[in-house]
Amino acid sequence: MEGMINVKVTDRDGQVHELEAPTDMNMNMMEVCKSYELPVEGTCGGMALCASCHMYILSDHTLDPPSEDEEDMLDQAFFVEDNSRLGCQIKITEDLEGLEVQLAQVE
Amino acid sequence: MIETNILIIGAGPVGLFTVFEAGLLKLKCHLIDSLPEPGGQLKEIYPKKPIYDIPGYPSVLAGELVDNLMEQIKPFNPTFTLGERAESIEKQADGSFLVTSNKGTVIKANVIAIAAGLGCFEPRKPPLSNITDFEDKGVEYIIKDPSIYKDKRVVVAGGGDSALDWTIILADIAKEVTLVHRRESFRGALDSVEKVVELDKQGKVKLITNAQVVGLEGADQLDRVLIKHKEMGDISKEVDHFIPLFGLSPKLGPIANWGLNVTKNAIEVDTLDYSTNIPGIYAIGDINTYEGKLKLILCGFHEGTLMVQSAFKYIYPDKKLSFKYTTVTGIDGLQ
Repeated sequence: MEGMINVKVTDRDGQVHELEAPTDMNMNMMEVCKSYELPVEGTCGGMALCASCHMYILSDHTLDPPSEDEEDMLDQAFFVEDNSRLGCQIKITEDLEGLEVQLAQVE
Repeated sequence: MIETNILIIGAGPVGLFTVFEAGLLKLKCHLIDSLPEPGGQLKEIYPKKPIYDIPGYPSVLAGELVDNLMEQIKPFNPTFTLGERAESIEKQADGSFLVTSNKGTVIKANVIAIAAGLGCFEPRKPPLSNITDFEDKGVEYIIKDPSIYKDKRVVVAGGGDSALDWTIILADIAKEVTLVHRRESFRGALDSVEKVVELDKQGKVKLITNAQVVGLEGADQLDRVLIKHKEMGDISKEVDHFIPLFGLSPKLGPIANWGLNVTKNAIEVDTLDYSTNIPGIYAIGDINTYEGKLKLILCGFHEGTLMVQSAFKYIYPDKKLSFKYTTVTGIDGLQ
């Protein structure tokens, strides 16, 4: 469907959720997960000021590199890997068709 | 003992504005907050962020909004217990409440308004399975008395200001200080970063970057931490203390055990007056939940305003309450 991309989110129990995400709503991955009621807190509301939407990028999409703010916040997260990102900083665009992510463990 | 009409748990924007609305009804408020200053998330997480959806303010910095609220409630002389967490509650025979803080402060109030936002801010604990076994047995999340580290071997973890600052301070006190951080750059202030790098060169601090602490070992006391380094693999290090400094995160905390109906970390309320299932206890702002709930400051202001009307009736069942506009009556402060 136009204006929609498909993304796959693996939750903390290993279950894969196939979601549709609109590209015209200025949404990010944290918000997409929340709208499907996946267990992503998004405590700070998407300002990269908490790390409750920590996720791993599984597919080989090239994302914009994390900002210094995002890196700073990942410093306060746990289980951080090379493919760690904050979901709130991943804007939904057409380039992300087929994106696959996995939710990081909660603290 | 502190006595008040309304004890507001949480001194964030919603708790603060509730003082104003309560004051118009001549109800006196006391606020308790686990943070050392009023403002909640707005001061703790995003003081420099502009907010655009406060009516009448095209844009206002979060910290500035808190300062303005403090100014606005000044005539009503609210009192504060800061840096303490509301721990337990006891309902009295006369319908009032006794709340005791984690430091033993007792507050008697006719009504409780829980405006605790996301909960109280507590140190983030690294997800190491046995970490709680070593709390106060070598693991500390907050440094209260640096002198206990004298001649000890200490591992600090984290990359922010507190991790850097404490590493610098402990370098002069402890026998050995190791700072473990997950990447090479730090988010802390540049001069602290330079200082730590310099101390590392002088051999006074051991800096291990690209690494994370992944395990703790010890019989009774902490003896050893396991550090996973990106290139060098696992490092096992003998220590006396491990101090993880990963900032604060909000937790619902003791309120969860007060017998209130809680769904998904939020307190269920009746939208008629934001009352909970316990008469005399209300919940307003981000901490509550109801159908159609939006976690917005402006919604919290509305909730607090309606709540104090109900609180008045709870406190004075026989008194008549007439609603007045501030444009008509102005502000008549409280002593």
